[in-house]
Amino acid sequence: MTTITTQTITFNVFRFNSETDYLPYYKKVEMEVTSEEVVLDILNRIKWEVDGSFSYRRSCRHGICGACAIKVNGKGVLACKERMNDLIELFGTELTLEPLSIKRAVKDMIIDKEDFWVKHEAIEPYLISHIEEHPEMECAVTPAQAEALLDSDYCIQCGLCHYSCPVIEINDDFIGPAAFAKAYRFNADVRDDGIDERLDIINAPSAGVWDCVKCFECAEVCPKEVNPIEKITKLHNQIFEHGRAINNVATRHAVGFAHSIKKHGLLDEAELVRYSEGTLPMLMKHGKVGFKMFKVGKVVMPWNMPKSDKLDEVKALIKSSSTVKF
Amino acid sequence: MEKKLTYALFTGCTAKESTPEQLMSTYAVAKKLGIELVELSEATCCGASHLQDYDDFLSLVLNARNICYAESRGMTMVTICNTCQLNTAMTKHRLDSDPELKARVNEKLAEVGLEYKGTSKITHFLYALIDDFGLETIKEKVVTPLSQFNIAPFYGCHNIRPSELQNETHDSAENAYNPNSLDELIIALGGVNVDYEEKNKCCGFHAELQAPHTAAVLTGKALMGAMDANADWMVTPCPLCHLKLDTQYEHASHAVGRDVKMPVLHMQQMVGLALGCAPSELGLQHHVSKVNFV
Ligand code: SF4
Ligand code: SF4
Ligand code: FES
Repeated sequence: MTTITTQTITFNVFRFNSETDYLPYYKKVEMEVTSEEVVLDILNRIKWEVDGSFSYRRSCRHGICGACAIKVNGKGVLACKERMNDLIELFGTELTLEPLSIKRAVKDMIIDKEDFWVKHEAIEPYLISHIEEHPEMECAVTPAQAEALLDSDYCIQCGLCHYSCPVIEINDDFIGPAAFAKAYRFNADVRDDGIDERLDIINAPSAGVWDCVKCFECAEVCPKEVNPIEKITKLHNQIFEHGRAINNVATRHAVGFAHSIKKHGLLDEAELVRYSEGTLPMLMKHGKVGFKMFKVGKVVMPWNMPKSDKLDEVKALIKSSSTVKF
Repeated sequence: MEKKLTYALFTGCTAKESTPEQLMSTYAVAKKLGIELVELSEATCCGASHLQDYDDFLSLVLNARNICYAESRGMTMVTICNTCQLNTAMTKHRLDSDPELKARVNEKLAEVGLEYKGTSKITHFLYALIDDFGLETIKEKVVTPLSQFNIAPFYGCHNIRPSELQNETHDSAENAYNPNSLDELIIALGGVNVDYEEKNKCCGFHAELQAPHTAAVLTGKALMGAMDANADWMVTPCPLCHLKLDTQYEHASHAVGRDVKMPVLHMQQMVGLALGCAPSELGLQHHVSKVNFV
């Protein structure tokens, strides 16, 4: 049997009421925390014991409704699932409780999730199916076909990945990891006929998958192990497999790697930029930095490009193992 | 004296091209510590987290081939780039956990007389130093403690996330929300580690061409965070983060509306300085943001 221990913890609690406050502030609350408690217990106790006006969302208390998502010391958590002891072990005895997105705060831990739902809606999160009106048999999905969804259907729409994604903070157009994972969920469904439609939405510059910086924050934070970045990679693959790729800097950049590896084994960095951007835009956009890099010996001249040994092997493998064409 | 540490070095492309100082300093540090590095001269680009968007299977085959050459030498593969580390470790993980996929990949590799077995470990040089060489041993070798410097660690996404995969590859577990390997290395070298919010955040490198504004804001925020934490310089184990932070300060300054710039060192250069390597041996002359303190 494990014994219950108690520790004194200092919480810096984000407080803000968009109706009355001009600026948010942090309130210090000291508490005895037992090893049995989860974050939601603390939120409850702040409300019950310290200040009845403290506001937060919760519903199921079982990690399934997604309502209670907040951030503790910058780490996105489901309050009803996250054990206090784990957080104390990770961050020590001073913890900051904040809403998922400070700029969207409405009251204390409660945020306006409108952009999350707008993005969700944008990817057409439903089966688009040209089914017969009077089918003669059921539309069965085999276990293997269901597995192809790769757990993307486990999403509880808590918003943790969305509001941990750095691109969401910078680019208002970006659809974001949760909606991408949802797009994959329907694209991978054998009953769905909307894949091309959806691919065109998630392929758009600025909004689409190409603007992901590949930071893996979404994979790290998801409490349901949906692994959105894995689905984003799959969506990239679908774009090429379904011939929906637009000839632009983003797609050429991905394809350019195969060309470069075929020629040198290693990447020809300058050539990759030229291939992706085109010669003139490259010089205009990167010329100045390129020149600075050249001056300190950071640019390899074409005649000095290093090559991998046994390049014939690499060429043979590229020939035999390539699965898509652009 | 214990057995000499020997690794198969996967240099990646950047160390051979735009960050020559990284390769130089890796060898300089290895020499000082008596670590033997055997370069995987056959290795290709890992696809830098983009090739798999275009052709996932091809990316697996090429990465598996790289690992084969570490296996045939009977050595642990050591990477010096976070993205190489991620792509290679991810390939290993997928092949080791999916016999069917492994068989498909091996079918292709067999055509050129290779076989992926899964016998080599893969680790980043940062973790090789910490896990295998040991911080205490490094500490004993310090000749110039970095005690006059406030140093901002910049971890780089692909060494710390996804943590489940990363923690398979090295012994010292790292938490993506509060990583500490670089901090501990700084302390072992006698430096002062500074804490700032962006230390475990993204530099934006992988979206540089497609989303230049996003990438520039992220670089700007990282530099700003380190500056506001009173750092004298930053240090990173990733050459891609290095490129971004060292060369893109103008775009970054423009994007965040403030002049941001500071010297950024590769992890190996920092270790090398403390071990008494000459600045030229560490390639400090190859930086765009001048390293003006040595
Ligand atoms: S990996 Fe891409 S989608 Fe996921 S959090 Fe990072 S930028 Fe956002
Ligand atoms: S993918 Fe995961 S983190 Fe994102 S909304 Fe769904 S459950 Fe939450
Ligand atoms: S209260 Fe429902 S997930 Fe936490």
